[in-house]
Amino acid sequence: MGRESTGKGRERVALLLHLPTSAISRINPARMAEVTEQDSDQRRGSVYRVAGALTITRAATTQREIDALSDPLTIDLSEIDRMDTVGAWLVYRAVRDRGAKVIGASRDEVSLLKQVGEFDKPTQVVPDEPHNFIAVLRELGEWVAETGTTLVGLLGFFGATLIGFANVIRRPKRFRVNAVIQRFDVVGVRALGIIGLMSFLIGIVIAQQGSVQLAQFGAEVYTINLIGRITVRELGTLMTAIMVAGRSGSAFAAQLGTMKITEEIDAMRTIGVSPIEALVIPRMIASIIMMPLLSFWAMLMALLGGGIFVWLSLSIPPITYIQRLQEVIPLTDMWVGIIKAPVFGFIIALAGCFQGMLVQGNSEEVGTRTTAAVVQSIFLVIVLDSIFAVFFSSIGWT
Amino acid sequence: MIPKKLEPTFAPEGCHPIITVRGLRNAFGEQVIHDNLDLTVCRGEIIGVVGGSGTGKSVLLRSIIGLQTPEQGQIEVLGENMVGRSEDEAKNIRRRWGILFQNGALFSTLTVAENVEVPIREYFPYLKPPLLDEIASYKIAMGGLPPDAGPKYPSELSGGMVKRAGLARALALDPELLFLDEPTAGLDPIAAAAFDELIKGLQKRLDLTVFLITHDLDTLHAICDRVAVLADRHVIAVGTIPELLALDHPWIQEYFNGPRGRTAAQSYEEGVTA
Repeated sequence: MGRESTGKGRERVALLLHLPTSAISRINPARMAEVTEQDSDQRRGSVYRVAGALTITRAATTQREIDALSDPLTIDLSEIDRMDTVGAWLVYRAVRDRGAKVIGASRDEVSLLKQVGEFDKPTQVVPDEPHNFIAVLRELGEWVAETGTTLVGLLGFFGATLIGFANVIRRPKRFRVNAVIQRFDVVGVRALGIIGLMSFLIGIVIAQQGSVQLAQFGAEVYTINLIGRITVRELGTLMTAIMVAGRSGSAFAAQLGTMKITEEIDAMRTIGVSPIEALVIPRMIASIIMMPLLSFWAMLMALLGGGIFVWLSLSIPPITYIQRLQEVIPLTDMWVGIIKAPVFGFIIALAGCFQGMLVQGNSEEVGTRTTAAVVQSIFLVIVLDSIFAVFFSSIGWT
Repeated sequence: MIPKKLEPTFAPEGCHPIITVRGLRNAFGEQVIHDNLDLTVCRGEIIGVVGGSGTGKSVLLRSIIGLQTPEQGQIEVLGENMVGRSEDEAKNIRRRWGILFQNGALFSTLTVAENVEVPIREYFPYLKPPLLDEIASYKIAMGGLPPDAGPKYPSELSGGMVKRAGLARALALDPELLFLDEPTAGLDPIAAAAFDELIKGLQKRLDLTVFLITHDLDTLHAICDRVAVLADRHVIAVGTIPELLALDHPWIQEYFNGPRGRTAAQSYEEGVTA
């Protein structure tokens, strides 16, 4: 059947030696593929005789059986009715490595044996791994070199975007209004729902946790201070930045990365369209403008969530809540929150677009780069946030 | 009028059908791709499937190998009904065929040799690594790759080598039936001719049945025993190229007698007589 040689009409081609005359053969009546005779007489060697199919299905057993036999080995194929390339390989291997003799093979089987012999070109399965210690050193070196090139690349990319911005400012006609507005929609408008919901819930959580702790001092009313200051000054912007990094920063990296793989970016370049101007700048502008707006929205929603909690749980009516907020939140708090937002937006877009542009080769890279974009932008956002915190408190905006 | 001999349901004398498709209908929403499509493929032949872009050659392949559930119709492969099978049932049939996808579809995180080992490991998990590696080695050689291709990752290979590696993986389980989706697309003429030779050689040696989708007229002339023409949502005729040429069908005439068709036929005839 199929590629296997059939046993019908076989012409016996005794390849090499004949069976030792003293070998007793006992053929299994069920014609299952089994060892029918093993003569372990050291002087005469052993005979391996299989009946039925010599295929990949019983390759492991066949190999074990052959390995167990002593040299010199004779393999008798006269009872075989099917043999595939794996079966042929096992026989070929025994002949190659142990000088086994094959008898009783039909023409087809001989030709199959010759064919697998032709393809006997050993190949490595995995690339060479260097010695452990050297591997560690090499990895460390590669990591350092890669970090260095990434930093230099990021700086270069930053410069390229600045040049792009300058070009667009010099020649405002090249500013792609439609692309920017489309990004506004994707980055900003479509994020309203999820960011609003997230902030609302965070407002509730802060109010709830705060009120439990402050109740120990009988100071539940200060829950309002807590909600007001922490959401406006820190959490509104920070949580928005994390959400935008996860939502849009990753999308930037994936979009640009895919365009890189499908050579769309190369096509753009050859047509004379600068990918920085056409792809990167609209995304940057969208994130820079949308981040403060989304942050403001997040602050409002967090205050709303906290307000509903204190109303229902601490029985502070909304009107009192709003009055208290006005008293306890200095205007500078809002500035602290809003000023940070465009910077975060810029960082997120920069990391996302940069990682996207670094993609090359296969589709797996898109995933890796997208992950890197999100991790990098969130990390940078938090680092910057702490720098901002120190800065604002040192200029007296406490 | 199509002579009876070239009808897609007609089986030549001595034909053991290995793929039988009857009344196949495939549609994506409103768009009908196949309607009442019939096809018979005989054991041991190389059948080429041709058709204009968008006539559903790849969809036909996907239906036959069970990646696309047809709306209607029967598909029988290796004597087993393919429509409405569970994954487990289909596994036993899948073992017996190999597929080379258009872009190779190699697993990008594995080396070429590991790619070849995947089907073997899946069906014969108890095979020991040394034997497995040896099997992978000779399969790679069978696919016409040099030994140093084994430890390479797909991203390090050229287009032609990707196809050869895909072929080596398709041959991993000694299939009876080989599906090739545009095997020579994107290869240079020399590599394409070498690939044709490789397929022809393997088909002879391993007694394969080959189901081949192609646009390459040279491939059709050089290695196909019969050609199935897909047009108007079904197979309009199946036969050898001279038989098809005798038909008075505009698309077939245009396809084989167009400028490219003539050149390919000429070079083939020169090759035969030379």
